[in-house]
Amino acid sequence: MIRLFKVKEKQRELAESANGGAPIKKQSAGELRLHKDISELNLPKSCIISFPNGKDDLMNFEVSIRPDEGYYLGGNFSFSFQVSPIYPHEAPKVKCKTKLYHPNIDLEGNVCLNILREDWKPVLNINTIIYGLYHLFTEPNYEDPLNHDAAAVLRDNPKMFEANVRRAMAGGYVGQTFFTRCM
Amino acid sequence: MAETVVQPSRSRDLDKLLLRPGNIIGNNFDPGQELRDDLAEYVKVLVVGAGGLGCELLKDLALSGFKNLEVIDMDTIEVTNLNRQFLFRFEDVGKPKAEVAAKRVMERIRGVNIKPHYCRIEEKDIDFYSDFSIIVLGLDSIEARSYINAVACSFLEYDSDDKPRDETIKPLVDGGTEGFKGHARVIIPGVTPCFECTIWLFPPQVKFPLCTLAETPRTAAHCIEYAHLIKWDEVHSGKTFDPDDPEHMKWIYNEAVKRAELFGIPGVTYSLTQGVVKNIIPAIASTNAIVSAACALEALKITTGCSKTLSNYLTYNGAEGLHTKVTEFVRDKDCLVCGPGVLIELETSVTLQKFIDLLEKHPDLLLSKASVTHQGSSLYMQAPPVLEEMTRSNLNLPLFDLMGKTSKGTIHVTGTTSKNDTKTSVLRKLRVFFKGVDGVTDMDMAGGA
Repeated sequence: MIRLFKVKEKQRELAESANGGAPIKKQSAGELRLHKDISELNLPKSCIISFPNGKDDLMNFEVSIRPDEGYYLGGNFSFSFQVSPIYPHEAPKVKCKTKLYHPNIDLEGNVCLNILREDWKPVLNINTIIYGLYHLFTEPNYEDPLNHDAAAVLRDNPKMFEANVRRAMAGGYVGQTFFTRCM
Repeated sequence: MAETVVQPSRSRDLDKLLLRPGNIIGNNFDPGQELRDDLAEYVKVLVVGAGGLGCELLKDLALSGFKNLEVIDMDTIEVTNLNRQFLFRFEDVGKPKAEVAAKRVMERIRGVNIKPHYCRIEEKDIDFYSDFSIIVLGLDSIEARSYINAVACSFLEYDSDDKPRDETIKPLVDGGTEGFKGHARVIIPGVTPCFECTIWLFPPQVKFPLCTLAETPRTAAHCIEYAHLIKWDEVHSGKTFDPDDPEHMKWIYNEAVKRAELFGIPGVTYSLTQGVVKNIIPAIASTNAIVSAACALEALKITTGCSKTLSNYLTYNGAEGLHTKVTEFVRDKDCLVCGPGVLIELETSVTLQKFIDLLEKHPDLLLSKASVTHQGSSLYMQAPPVLEEMTRSNLNLPLFDLMGKTSKGTIHVTGTTSKNDTKTSVLRKLRVFFKGVDGVTDMDMAGGA
């Protein structure tokens, strides 16, 4: 290839002033795959996606979920998604931005959903994750607790769990913790 | 040719490769002193990373007849680097790796010029990378490799028969080590598989379920990840954790120790904490030396043609005995990063809507309901409704205008194709050429501005 470099060097000297090649914004493979995921989204009415940084930044977006059944009926919960340039090799980072009383979501917004961590596979997509999140609201489970207290109440006293969820969503204290209204 | 008396260079071994003809040689191998001189004069090598592999690479390349080297690394030297990153001394701790490495090699090897760049690889523009004959990688992350791969592939152009144009090929040599294991691979974009063609080679990252960390930790790593992923946010609301800040790391370590005591789990140490949080596998100096030597040799083979290159992926395992193997991976012909894409020629007046209609009838695509992006900007999105609305007004604009009024460009489309009544969703790369705008683009733009 050395001859090629030599030729190139000569050409470059000649062309130096003519035009300095246009800078190209590269699109990572992760961005392209995400673009496909987003363009194929098929969400229920209860899940709404939004792009705070506009149409040209799909790597950071938000999804708000309004469960239409179960304990969390009537609440509105917002999640932030952060997608890596090596998506789908790596799962998106998902956080719950609404403080809520839930066995599988802690007060910091960490979400215990298997497909976000140990069971993530590149064949899964954004649609799957959103359905997974929705599922957490219709079927909260006390077996994978992240909020230990909430999980214990759900297991031992579902009636009280329901009352606690209502109180938290309406804005108020559950035990020592204050929740802002999210209905 | 070789029978003429030539001046012995300081590297007699190199002369044996470059001054004599051979049998298993690369294309256009032209042995002789001129080749050796050209190697020194015209070949410019970029080494990405000045860590364990980078130090070895700079030394190996400098001793292999390359005289124009540059090195880029964003890190500063830490005391734990000193056991294997042999260009650094105790008094260098805290200084930029690229700068110290460049200086040390230049002090030791006469006539070599190494220009250091102490910054992130993303900070350099495309022209910076375009300047090098070959890029050699001594990196430890998939992200960085994927980035440089995309940069190198972005120079690649294909002719109308989908053959790569030689003068646009930017070869890469990628080295990597993890403990006693390592690899060296040659990436000739358009010819051999690129990094993205074979990204599936990487095993999925091990991630512990958050609820295990929160409820039922069983190992020291669980305790460390608890402190890192859950406890940190709980205590430092809003403050992001910086793995390179020793104070932060110390805090994680202390919390992990407390947690481990609570659950009676042994084995939390500071170095394990660093290892788990930063995903570090202890580096072995000899693995770096071996992988680097393989990479430097490939760089020499690619640039001079003195031997056929590795095709195309060497793995090395020194954990039990020694095992090396070369595997010839194949390209993904539809690779979005290095593939040619489907060539489409258009009039400058064609609107985005008309273009989308065209894709449906294109015999190689038969793509319906296309969403279109160009260099990271969404030109049209079929879904979700919020993006459809934001991009709808583009439909009536000429694609030529939307693509910045240049004569050619790459765009990506997603949509569905139907074959035998089954619909599949696809993501395709397209090479778009506009008729009759070559050469006059700059003038047009200047006139319109």
